[in-house]
Amino acid sequence: MAERANELRPTLITGDKTLGDVTREICEPMERRPNGLWWAAFGLSSSLLIVGLVAVTYQIATGIGTWGLNKTVGWGFDITNFVFWVGIGHAGTLISAVLFLFRQKWRTSVNRSAEAMTLFAVMCAGIFPLIHMGRPWLAYWMAPYPNTRGSLWINFKSPLVWDFFAISTYFLISAVFWYVGLIPDFATARDRNDGWRKRIYGLLSLGWNGSSRTWHHYETVYLLLAGLATPLVFSVHTIVSMDFATSVIPGWHTTIFPPYFVAGAIFSGLAMVLTLMLIMRKVMSMENYITVTHVESMCKLMLAMGCVVAMAYGTEFFTAFFSGNVYEQFVFKNRAMGPFYWAYWTMVSCNVLGPQLLWFKWARRNLVVVFVITIIVNIGMWFERFVIIVTSLHRDFLPSSWADYTPTTIELATLAGSFGLFFTCFLLFCRVCPVIAMAEVKGVLRIEKPSTADEPATTEERVAEEVLT
Amino acid sequence: MSRRVLIASFEHEQDVLKATDEVRRRGLRIIDVFTPYPVHGIDRAMGLKPSKLTWVCFVCGLVGAVGMLCFQHWANAVSWPIDIGGKPWNSLPAELPVGFEMMVLLAGFGSVFALFAVCRLFPGAKPKNLMPRATDDRFVLVLDQDAAPFDIQQLETLLADHDVVTVEEQVLD
Repeated sequence: MAERANELRPTLITGDKTLGDVTREICEPMERRPNGLWWAAFGLSSSLLIVGLVAVTYQIATGIGTWGLNKTVGWGFDITNFVFWVGIGHAGTLISAVLFLFRQKWRTSVNRSAEAMTLFAVMCAGIFPLIHMGRPWLAYWMAPYPNTRGSLWINFKSPLVWDFFAISTYFLISAVFWYVGLIPDFATARDRNDGWRKRIYGLLSLGWNGSSRTWHHYETVYLLLAGLATPLVFSVHTIVSMDFATSVIPGWHTTIFPPYFVAGAIFSGLAMVLTLMLIMRKVMSMENYITVTHVESMCKLMLAMGCVVAMAYGTEFFTAFFSGNVYEQFVFKNRAMGPFYWAYWTMVSCNVLGPQLLWFKWARRNLVVVFVITIIVNIGMWFERFVIIVTSLHRDFLPSSWADYTPTTIELATLAGSFGLFFTCFLLFCRVCPVIAMAEVKGVLRIEKPSTADEPATTEERVAEEVLT
Repeated sequence: MSRRVLIASFEHEQDVLKATDEVRRRGLRIIDVFTPYPVHGIDRAMGLKPSKLTWVCFVCGLVGAVGMLCFQHWANAVSWPIDIGGKPWNSLPAELPVGFEMMVLLAGFGSVFALFAVCRLFPGAKPKNLMPRATDDRFVLVLDQDAAPFDIQQLETLLADHDVVTVEEQVLD
């Protein structure tokens, strides 16, 4: 029986782990001093973060005239980076919520760090529109609160307001989802530590004791959160795409944008999850938890999403030429053959050709190949946003106002700083939180009891089995 | 009010499931089962009713969606109507995205805070775990001994049938 079940569903966690092994191996990294590799990575990413902080301070103090934007290209690096980072966040919710609803049990090894990645990516994303406001200290004007100006309410018909609500909700719900998942694991960490660690994890675990009555409510709420986060994740990038699609700019004003953006977001997010996972499993010796099978599953998802994105590129071009709209046609010809042709062809080769290797099993199971492909896709997806934003703007309706766009050093430093923030947060997360959802992984271990199959089952056991199945 | 409880720990999920089911059918009062991960079927073995937190989620979501739609309508059509690109003041489709986001936000936070309230989870709460290994690798069945219809020897034999690892008695305050 057991053998047949194993054939149908291959073991998710290798190395014959017991429940105690899982606790020990996942909690230990939080309890010992970080190694040299961690310090090196932390030093590098926090240096990048400092570069970013200096750049952000300078541009807020001076004004956003420090950017390379001009009257024609009003959105450039800032919005490119914003959409890029929001997109990265999407895979975390896909893995934690959508795959949960589809009962994909392999998600348990990667959901914790993917969710953390979502939070940090959304934090990075939020920085850019905040600075773009020009006076970030007045950001609270985005919220509809009774004020002394009338009350003058915000314009709820503006997609930028929708975006504010969507991103804020997304961040808050992802944070709650992540924290709710962490509570049982914090309790595990509390019960195996002493001293100040016990106090901190005790505070964070809210008095969790593993009671089945609590688990019973907990599982219901987890399912509800997954059900809520699933439409939420699709709504967020849909609304981000509406920032563009509700305008009347050729190249933006298309109905394909919502699905195209969502697919692109998940595609880029999966690439980033894989990049991080491949590094993490090596550095933290998690090879038994994040196995080649996990990598393969994520590669399949990434390939599927890559094909959707490729399809969208084709559809965009077809629609532009089929529409008979000369402005639309011009924008697309300009994308492929205008001054930014290099950005367009970088995007196509990275996103369309890059993942095609994943059709082959040997490629999906070769971690070096997968790592290189994820980096290629990360680069390609950044260029996708750059192409959509800059090439649609830089040659507008009046040739006299056509302009070029080059990012300034300040913009490049801000982008570098956002990577610094992302990796600094992620490295700190690896130190203080259980990086793998222990309670969920323990549930999929499927530990077989030492065989009692030869003995005839007692009546009680048969009755119990009938009750339970 | 103090009561005597029996704490039985198991090493395997199947054992605790069967033991729980059996003691319940024999009429013993199960105080709780502490497990390191949610054991599937334990709710049925313990005879728990489906959680009612789904209703909290539904009501919060409804309040969020309807409340936000009404607020948007009031703010942009009643309190201070502003003509934006000639769009009607009370344009419902434009109000759906924010209404949807508020629904998700309130439903999510509502259900999580309801969970915390129902399960008495709050920062600083003293964990009442009778065996700390229940958050690590043990499945712990806690039975009310005062209400037990038969004596401890019989109970221990019953638990031994299910490969119980440790059995101890404790008096709770």
